[in-house]
Amino acid sequence: MSYIAKPSVTHPGLPRNQLGLTARDYEGAVSTLCAGCGHDSITASIIQAVFELGIEPHRLAKMSGIGCSSKTPAYFVSQSHGFNAVHGRMASVTTGANAANRDLKYIGVSGDGDSLSIGMGQFAHIIRRNLDMCYVIENNGVYGLTKGQFSASADVGTTARKGGAANRQMPIDPVSIAIGLGATYIARSFSGDKDQLIPLIKGALMHKGFSLVDVISPCVTFNDHEGSTKSYAYTRQNYHHVIEADFVSPAEEIVAAYDEGEAMPVELHDGSRIVFRKIDKNYDPTSRAAAFSFLRDSVNAGEIMTGLLYIDEETGDMHDLSGSVEQPLSQIPYEELNPGSENLANLMNRYR
Amino acid sequence: MSGINDVVIKISTVNGTGSASANGLLMKAIFRMGIPVVGKNYFPSNIQGLPTWYEVRVSGDGYQARADRVDIIVAMNAQTYSLDMADVTPGGWLIYDSTWARSRQLDRADIKILGIPLSKMCNERFDGVRARILMKNIAYVGALAALLEIDLDIIAELLEQTFASKAHMAESNLEAIRLGYDYTSEHFKCPLPAKVEKLDKTANHILIDGNTAAGLGCVFAGATVGAWYPITPSTSLMDAYKAFCKQFRMDEESGGKKFCIVQAEDELAAIGVVLGATWNGARAFTPTSGPGISLMSEFIGFAYYAELPAVIFDVQRAGPSTGMPTRTQQCDLMACAYASHGDTKHVLLFPSDPEECFYMSITAFDLADRLQTPVIVMSDLDIGMNDWMCPDLKWDENYQPDKGKVLSAEDLESMDQFYRYLDVDGDGITYRTIPGEHPKGSYFTRGSGHTKYGGYTEDSADYQEVVDRLLVKWETARTIVPEPEIEYSKFNKFAILSLGSGDGAVREALVHLKGQNIGLNYCRVKAFPFTESVSDFIKKHERVYVLEQNRDGQLRSLLMLDANANPEKLISMLHYNGMPVSANFVIDRLLDEMAEGQAA
Repeated sequence: MSYIAKPSVTHPGLPRNQLGLTARDYEGAVSTLCAGCGHDSITASIIQAVFELGIEPHRLAKMSGIGCSSKTPAYFVSQSHGFNAVHGRMASVTTGANAANRDLKYIGVSGDGDSLSIGMGQFAHIIRRNLDMCYVIENNGVYGLTKGQFSASADVGTTARKGGAANRQMPIDPVSIAIGLGATYIARSFSGDKDQLIPLIKGALMHKGFSLVDVISPCVTFNDHEGSTKSYAYTRQNYHHVIEADFVSPAEEIVAAYDEGEAMPVELHDGSRIVFRKIDKNYDPTSRAAAFSFLRDSVNAGEIMTGLLYIDEETGDMHDLSGSVEQPLSQIPYEELNPGSENLANLMNRYR
Repeated sequence: MSGINDVVIKISTVNGTGSASANGLLMKAIFRMGIPVVGKNYFPSNIQGLPTWYEVRVSGDGYQARADRVDIIVAMNAQTYSLDMADVTPGGWLIYDSTWARSRQLDRADIKILGIPLSKMCNERFDGVRARILMKNIAYVGALAALLEIDLDIIAELLEQTFASKAHMAESNLEAIRLGYDYTSEHFKCPLPAKVEKLDKTANHILIDGNTAAGLGCVFAGATVGAWYPITPSTSLMDAYKAFCKQFRMDEESGGKKFCIVQAEDELAAIGVVLGATWNGARAFTPTSGPGISLMSEFIGFAYYAELPAVIFDVQRAGPSTGMPTRTQQCDLMACAYASHGDTKHVLLFPSDPEECFYMSITAFDLADRLQTPVIVMSDLDIGMNDWMCPDLKWDENYQPDKGKVLSAEDLESMDQFYRYLDVDGDGITYRTIPGEHPKGSYFTRGSGHTKYGGYTEDSADYQEVVDRLLVKWETARTIVPEPEIEYSKFNKFAILSLGSGDGAVREALVHLKGQNIGLNYCRVKAFPFTESVSDFIKKHERVYVLEQNRDGQLRSLLMLDANANPEKLISMLHYNGMPVSANFVIDRLLDEMAEGQAA
């Protein structure tokens, strides 16, 4: 609950996007999360990404479930429609929203608690449908709002803030799950690395199909201590850019000169491109099997591999798979939906 | 007692042997003779092997409730032979497959037993195990045709239409019919006193089940998104929607679908899909049964509070838990009326037959959009999966969907500011916007505390203002939901009140009671909340007998809670064994209760 109204300040010199809007126009209410929360950095990255893409605010739908992460859609793009659903079930609501109107942009913000426990079924099945949306998991290994219980992404050996028994259960890694289930855009990043995160979110929003952006986002209150593998310190020490990805909109030229053989542009559905720069020469972000095995090895080594880890621009989204018309279903005039009295009269003969 | 055009035939077979087509053939042949007929399927939760029964009631008077008697049993299942024999009403007939001898211990002097070597004849005539089994079933239809004097030409015509593209199938089926017919005519005195005679009572009528009718209703209502998780007895509703969409909703140019069906991972997701779709302005629905309602409940409460339309079909089956998934009940009334935690209540519609399933689907979508809230259509297995005789479904070309208070881009353009939960008109229904329409229309949909302006709140007064306004909306709902069907015969102090599939049994009972000079008024409620006329009806009577198909008198409780009915006036007549209720049950219970009432 915000007690402080956010002042609306604009500088004439602020950069504007193709709609003539500044990044300020993409801000939301004042965050009520703890000072230093990783989620707020992700919110800032989302604002920047949506601003840079020049998405009309009212054409963006912000979806979330329950938890600290799920509160954040209130803190960005206040001119967008938001849907704060029930725990773990933002995925089904977004499926329905997209079924009705495939023309809007959908960004879902969830957490490890919301997605990997009650939401696990819906998370898995939205991937199977390849629903066209950007699904951000703000992953901190802990339940914040209920004061510090381990979540399903807590690593083995993690201790709680106040000590006590360490977690002994195997963690669920959303990235590995997503690769296994056939997700078509899989990225991981760190809330403290905006340079990496912003292009990943931009790519995710422009990818046609399901995009997962798993972001390690330390919980400063309950999980930022020694003994946590989701703390700022641990993440900074153990994370690696396995691959760097720049998002290039259709209007832009690729200006950066990449070394031959290392730069790999992948064209997205709308003509924009993702340009990969491999840090690790052995990594191929278009091979599901290779990505899976590489990631398993890194998990075993306790390393956090980040970047755009896998992309597949070929597989169709839910509407392609089911063969829907191009026009959003919610906009088809009733006259085209109703078979009419004559058809009904003829149909009656089948039942006598 | 049976008689001309008044006969109940029960067919006992093994699940998975293809008896459904034989039974359908029998029903339709009688129907095409102009005689009202209804079929009820008593089937197991099983794919193959368990016993299954199909009951055909031929009623020149047009009665459609379960008859509670069996005049002719076709005992094709050795496993249930003794049970089936016990089922026959004295004076009735038992037909069995005499290919195999039956135990001499199994006999009854008060019924006639007719042995027909169905398997033997079919094994001699047809090749292949599957064909022999299927034809054995068709052959008993032939036997019944002889006994009941069913027009063979009509059967032949039906077979030709069914197998229009497979002439050899029509021929072999007809051959099987003749085998049964000829043997029966030669060996027994045909027809029986219980037989059929042509009438003209089925013109402009159809035989249809409620799930098919409801699925068709969803197409006509303009629903474009259907989400579901398969559950008996609701599955055929989505099957029907899909089939009708494929017939009527394909884009001619692109071949694309103007509908989207999401087979969800569970009912938790199915209702989420519906809410996302209606939030985005589409008409969306989900068919389910009791266990699905339990899973959907959290989201149903969310939709009530966030004020999102949704149409849910609860095709009720016997509960609790898995209960008896293939048996009927009206046991989800309370669970649906108050689904979810917190202060919630929901609009319910009570169709009584497939015809109403069709028209009430349309009403459900209109009410859900108008009231911006979930509307649950309370069908049941008896209505949903059995074939009922109904007048032809008709469509009014002037119909336009009532989308309720949705602001267009033009409306928003001319407004200073839009507030989602502000009661501008005083009817408790606020204006809403569709995402993506206009920048001024944006708002945050949330299940957590919100003010009338749509902002987040934990302020007591702001929260309470919103939930109090939802009560104003509830009272508006009371004025626009379907009115009950009320029948007064003058000066009656006593009345029956019922709902849904109990209607047929009550109406039949009322005719018989009238014959005994017992007059009762009748009210069939069609919706919750109850309209004023329901409360008035109860007030006008000294005693109201409430017939419903559950153990705890859920309708009676709702009348006390929502219509402020005096509990002392409301006397329950409860039928909850999983079978459809019969007129006999109503008459017996009523006479008992009335005698008791007088004694007291």
